[in-house]
Amino acid sequence: MFLTKREERILEGEEGEARGLAMKLLVAIGDAYEAKRMIKVHSAQISGVSYKTIGEPGLEFLKEFSSKGALARVRAMLNPAGMDLTRWRELDVPKEFAQKQLEIMQCFRNMRIQPTCTCIPYYTEGTALRGQHVAWAESSAIVFANSVLGAYTNREGGPTALASAILGISPFYGMHLDEQRIPTHLVKVRCKLGSELDYSLLGFWIGRNLGSYLPRIDGLQEVSSYDELKALSASMAVSGSIPMFSMKKRADKKRENETIDVDREELLEIHYELSSERQFEHVCLGCPHLSLKELRLIARLVSGRKTMKKLWCFTSRHLRDIAERHGYVSTIEQAGGKVVCDTCMVVSPIREMGVSGMITNSCKAAHYLRSLNRIESHLVSLEECVRHALA
Amino acid sequence: MHSRRLRMDGRRVVDGFGAGEAVVSRQAVSFFGGVDPRSGVVIENGHELKGQSISGKVLVFPRGKGSTVGSYVIYGLRKYGTAPVAIVNIETEPIIIGGCVLANIPLVDRLDCNPVEAIQSGDWVEVKGDTGTVWVTKGRPQTQSSRQYR
Repeated sequence: MFLTKREERILEGEEGEARGLAMKLLVAIGDAYEAKRMIKVHSAQISGVSYKTIGEPGLEFLKEFSSKGALARVRAMLNPAGMDLTRWRELDVPKEFAQKQLEIMQCFRNMRIQPTCTCIPYYTEGTALRGQHVAWAESSAIVFANSVLGAYTNREGGPTALASAILGISPFYGMHLDEQRIPTHLVKVRCKLGSELDYSLLGFWIGRNLGSYLPRIDGLQEVSSYDELKALSASMAVSGSIPMFSMKKRADKKRENETIDVDREELLEIHYELSSERQFEHVCLGCPHLSLKELRLIARLVSGRKTMKKLWCFTSRHLRDIAERHGYVSTIEQAGGKVVCDTCMVVSPIREMGVSGMITNSCKAAHYLRSLNRIESHLVSLEECVRHALA
Repeated sequence: MHSRRLRMDGRRVVDGFGAGEAVVSRQAVSFFGGVDPRSGVVIENGHELKGQSISGKVLVFPRGKGSTVGSYVIYGLRKYGTAPVAIVNIETEPIIIGGCVLANIPLVDRLDCNPVEAIQSGDWVEVKGDTGTVWVTKGRPQTQSSRQYR
């Protein structure tokens, strides 16, 4: 691929070992995908933050890399960590785990990466704007950025997003190119989508059936909220590796070679597969992280009442702060729930925290908790989840 | 017995030279959750390589799969001295590329023949990452030991 003089010098190690390694990584990927050149990115969002996922090898890499003086050159943000960084003790996070997690956070801080610790960076202003190129690694945020925000990002991973944060560039290929963003399949939604759970189920079904193709989904545009599209984005990137969907009414180019219908029956199939009929003692909400609107709804539903089950609401520290000022946090916590930030049920050591099964509204969480922790889920809508917590 | 040395040409992805005994899988490999970095042994349930060590070997498989954290596991293999000396893929992807860059493991893909079929576990394989060339000697030669240099 073509490199500018400056990029070549970085590759030769003239701006330090860390930047040299980051450039080597991006050039290897760019060459493999036949990128013509690099493109400037406005932000980077880095995955692989929890000690539960990256473990000792990841921590050792971050220690070594950050000790070589690597510093973020663009707005750089983090995916959720393995615990609430301030309240981990009251949530029974093992001490050894917490120690390692804090070491990881220190590495990122040393590299001037913002400890945002959220999978929904797009609920904070200006992280990616229409037409901007970014390098994001959280699979659900990638779909949201490409499809809803109109930004451009490939499906980055922890190491590549970190390299982009350090260098402010990404190889110019794939989803950065307009011609690669044209839908390949038309998905006709034949049923009415009721709750955010329906969007989650629809996304899971689409991901499973389309793999890495690009769907144009008919029947979403005017009716869907940000929160619903957040649920849809998340699950299609779990069962498949879809980087983007379209909500346009009409196909803009003749690349759509197939139309598939999805009805209530298909959604029920996914529900049957992912949801256990058993009742569990933990209600976990916030995969992806809860928005302010969702926190408000939870607060309204539990206001003045007492939860009979454990109710954990996961969100970002940024949104928790705002929710706190609105009084939502105190309402939820007075009812017996907890508003936990910086982490979620997927990346925290959930078994060690005493969870053996959960009630949730997220296909993504249900899928990962089953495959990574052998924890079963009962899947219902957010409102139903809260009712379960109160019953 | 006289052994045959086959040459295959592919694409250079990550530079370096590595030679060792082949471990071949027809299935994709997930390093995250699939390989134990401390021992270099494949631990994924149901995987055809389960229980086998990839340490000091030339690992041949179709492509990577799973979480991008897999790159850190490949880095961990190098750190703990259990890394393969080279990797050959049919068609590689960013998890494996990232891991090989961080761990300095030569990586080649898109060979002119299917490496998963042309190479068998136990063959002696030399991988030249800088040119994308792979030499295969059928059957294990007597005196060689695996090696790698950049």
